[in-house]
Amino acid sequence: MQYQKDRPLLTSLKEGKTRITYPTKEGSMKYTLLVVFAFLISNLGWGQFTIPEIPKEQTSVYDYIDLLSASQKTTLEQKLLRYADSTSTQIVIAIISSTKGEDINYLGAKWGQKWGIGQADEDNGILILLAKDDRKIAISTGYGVEEYLTDLMSKRIIESIIIPEFKSGNYYQGLQKGSEAVFQVLTGQFKEDRDFNRDAVGFERFLPFIIFLVIWIILASRKRRGGGKNNRGGRGKSGMDIWDMIILSNMGRGGYGGRSSGGGFGSGGFGGGFGGGGFGGGGASGGW
Amino acid sequence: MKKLLIPLVILGVLIFILGSWYVNTNNTLVDMKGQATKQWANVESSYQRRSDLIGNLVKTVQGAADFERGTLKDVIEARSKATSTTVDINNLTPEKLAAFQQAQTGLSSALSRLLVTVERYPDLKANQNFLELQSQLEGTENRINVERNRFNDLAGEYNIKIEKIPTNIIANIAGFDAMALFSSNAGAENAPDVNFDFE
Repeated sequence: MQYQKDRPLLTSLKEGKTRITYPTKEGSMKYTLLVVFAFLISNLGWGQFTIPEIPKEQTSVYDYIDLLSASQKTTLEQKLLRYADSTSTQIVIAIISSTKGEDINYLGAKWGQKWGIGQADEDNGILILLAKDDRKIAISTGYGVEEYLTDLMSKRIIESIIIPEFKSGNYYQGLQKGSEAVFQVLTGQFKEDRDFNRDAVGFERFLPFIIFLVIWIILASRKRRGGGKNNRGGRGKSGMDIWDMIILSNMGRGGYGGRSSGGGFGSGGFGGGFGGGGFGGGGASGGW
Repeated sequence: MKKLLIPLVILGVLIFILGSWYVNTNNTLVDMKGQATKQWANVESSYQRRSDLIGNLVKTVQGAADFERGTLKDVIEARSKATSTTVDINNLTPEKLAAFQQAQTGLSSALSRLLVTVERYPDLKANQNFLELQSQLEGTENRINVERNRFNDLAGEYNIKIEKIPTNIIANIAGFDAMALFSSNAGAENAPDVNFDFE
C-alpha cells in the first residue's frame, strides 16, 4: 500500500528530473511518516538486543534466522524434547544473527532467566545461544546444572566439538554433536579427569510419583469396595476418582503436569512449558 | 447515644482501612527489601567464588617457574583487600558500597594484568590446570555481572517504591531507607575486559 502511494515520487527520482516538486499537504504528510519510520528503524538498529517474549508454544529450538533447514530443526527439536521428557532437563537452542554488542554469555544468562528454562525447583535449564553473524556461541547453564556442566566443560564442548563444525559452516552438525555432548556430561559418561559420575536426574525424582500412584491405587480400590458395600451413589463416587487422579498425578509429576492430557510430544513443545528455572551466569562462550 | 454511633463506625472503618493499608504496604516493602538482601548474598557469593579461584590460580602460576613476582604479589594483595572489605547489607550506604566496589575492581584489574603477563608464557598458557581456571574465571566474571545487575534491579525497584506517594509516608514512619546500587566502575568504558579468547 505504502509503495503504491509513493510510486510517483520514486519514478520521478528515477527519471532524474531536476524539477522541484512542491509537496502537497498529503505529500508532506507521507514524507513525515517516512522520516518517522526511518528514524524508528535506525533506532532499532542501535538499541541493545531485546530478548524475545516467552513464546506461547514452548519448544526446544528457536531459529530466528532460519539457519537450519526445516528437517534439521525438527530432528534437533525432537531430540531435545525427548531428552527433556526423560530427564526434565530442558535444553533450548536459540539462533540469532547478532547480540548487538552485548556480551553473549551475559545475554545467554539473562535470556535463560527471562524464559525460565528448566524446572523451577531444579533450575536444570540450558540455553545454547548462537549468534551467527557475530560468529559466537554460548552455553548458559541454570543454577542446578552448573555443578555438572561446569564452565570448563561448557568451554570444552564449545571449543572441541562445536567450533570445529562451525568453522566448516556445518551449523547443524555442530549443534547436534554439541547437544549430544551435553547429554553425555549430564549422565556422567563424558570421561574427564574429575568426578562427574553423579546423575543429574535420579530415581528420587520419580519416587513421589510412584508413591502417589500407589496411594491412588489404594484409594481407588477402597472406594470401589465402599461403593459396592453401600450400593448407592455409585456414579457420583467415580467422579471423585477422576479428581483424585488428576490431583495426584499433577502433584507427582510436577513440571510435567498436562503431559498426559496433551498426548505424545510429537505435537511439539515441552510438556508443561518452561518450568521457571533460574540462571546465574554459569557457562562459557566461544567464537570461531 | 445513637448520634455518636455513626461517627464511631465511620472512624472504625477508616482506621481499619488505614491500618490494613499500612500493614499491606509495610509487608510489600519488607518483601522487596528481603528480595534485594537475598540477592546481595548472591552477589557476595559470586565475588567469593572468584576470590576462591584466585588462590588456585596464583598457585598454578607460581608453579610455572620464572614468573615475575611483582604481578603475582599485586594479585594476592588485591585479593586480601577485597576479602577484608565486607559490607553489611542492613546498613548499605553508597559510600560503603563504593568502597566494596573499589576493592573488587582493584582485584579485577590486578587479575587482568596478571593474565596479560601470562600471555608471554606459552607453557603456562597450555597448562591444563591454568586453562581450567581461566574458563572458570570467565564464568565467574559473568556470574558477578548477572548477580550484580539482578541486585540493582531488585534494589532499584525497592528504591522507587519507597519514594512514591503514598508509600513514602509509610517508608518514612517504618524507617525504610533507600539501598545503594552498583554503579559502573570508573573507567569501565575504556578498561578492557578480562578476555580469554586466545586465538
